[in-house]
Amino acid sequence: MNEMLERLERNFAVTGITERRPGLTTLTVGKDAAEILIRDLRDREGYTHLNFITCIDYIEEGIFTLVYMLHNYDSKDTLSVHVDIGRENAEMTSIHTLWAQAWTYQRELHEMYGINFPGSPRLEEDFCLEGWDQIPPMRREFDTKKFSEERFGHREGRHSEVPRDHMKVEFYPNRGGDEE
Amino acid sequence: MIKTLSTEDTLENAGLTDEEQQLFSNARPKAYEPYPIKAVEDFANWARANSLWILAFGTGCGAIELRPLMTARFDANRFGVAGRPTPRQSSVFIIGGYASVKTLKRIIRSYEQMQGPKFVIALGICPVNGGMYFDSYNTINIFDQYLPVDLYITGCMPRPEVLVAGLLELKKKIREGRCDGANRYVENFDWYKANQKKVIKNWDMPDYNW
Repeated sequence: MNEMLERLERNFAVTGITERRPGLTTLTVGKDAAEILIRDLRDREGYTHLNFITCIDYIEEGIFTLVYMLHNYDSKDTLSVHVDIGRENAEMTSIHTLWAQAWTYQRELHEMYGINFPGSPRLEEDFCLEGWDQIPPMRREFDTKKFSEERFGHREGRHSEVPRDHMKVEFYPNRGGDEE
Repeated sequence: MIKTLSTEDTLENAGLTDEEQQLFSNARPKAYEPYPIKAVEDFANWARANSLWILAFGTGCGAIELRPLMTARFDANRFGVAGRPTPRQSSVFIIGGYASVKTLKRIIRSYEQMQGPKFVIALGICPVNGGMYFDSYNTINIFDQYLPVDLYITGCMPRPEVLVAGLLELKKKIREGRCDGANRYVENFDWYKANQKKVIKNWDMPDYNW
């Protein structure tokens, strides 16, 4: 494991290797080296299983972090490869040639975050959101509550409680909700 | 009977291509007229109430409550309730909780294909006001803007016991002749259709799925 990580550090300019818990290691790699690194992990190191691909939106830093979760059945290790890409015109190399199922994830990421994966099959097809005419909804600048009220309406009579304050009143009615 | 294409009072079917327009009917739905003799209508309602056939279409998380309903513990068959595989054979549509926009399109399509008399039960809080998905970008908030609802069973999630109670309540309503959801749909058809088209942006089916 450690030799492998050292080799990755040397060959692929991998940074930020962290062991989150025994059996789960995260590392960060540059956008251009990512596809070669993942291919290398699959073919040479035995990380033959792609658990999932997902995306984290760091709007403050202006980046999307793509997370490729890979699993090794022999050593029972999970390796999470993080790749930072810019939010503007977000684009990433497609890995559907490595795992055929990756194109489903990529189609979802394209729909939910607007990330482009050139060459990935059926990318432009609607997946969950049929006839979607707004910006991709999982981007954090998308105001989902405002959109929901405009598009789907709001029935009068609904009210919400902050659970913490509400339960204080429920539990300590004599003290006016005072916990002390 | 030969279908006459009169220009007045037909549906536009604007979502279809020219070729598809030839394949689908553009007639408007017709309201149900009760039998002129009240005793006959009452008898018909009694018969309807005792053969509620549920469309086996799980539209949300509430669909999980429909499975135990048919098992030995709750045994909905003793009330004349049975599951049917196609909309053409069923008379009760249970909306099992939240409906996403994609599902709503299928719900409308299935509902319109059901033959009258037909009844809609909205299960859970989500069809009432959105429930825990009130701010979701993909689930509708007020279900009865899109289809008429005959009976609400709220809760999150309602247990099968409540569903049985709801079905009994529905039977009572049918026997009294108060379940007029399908007629409301026909009478306010344009209003319902406008609401449906407001949320379903890729309308590529006939305006009424006969």
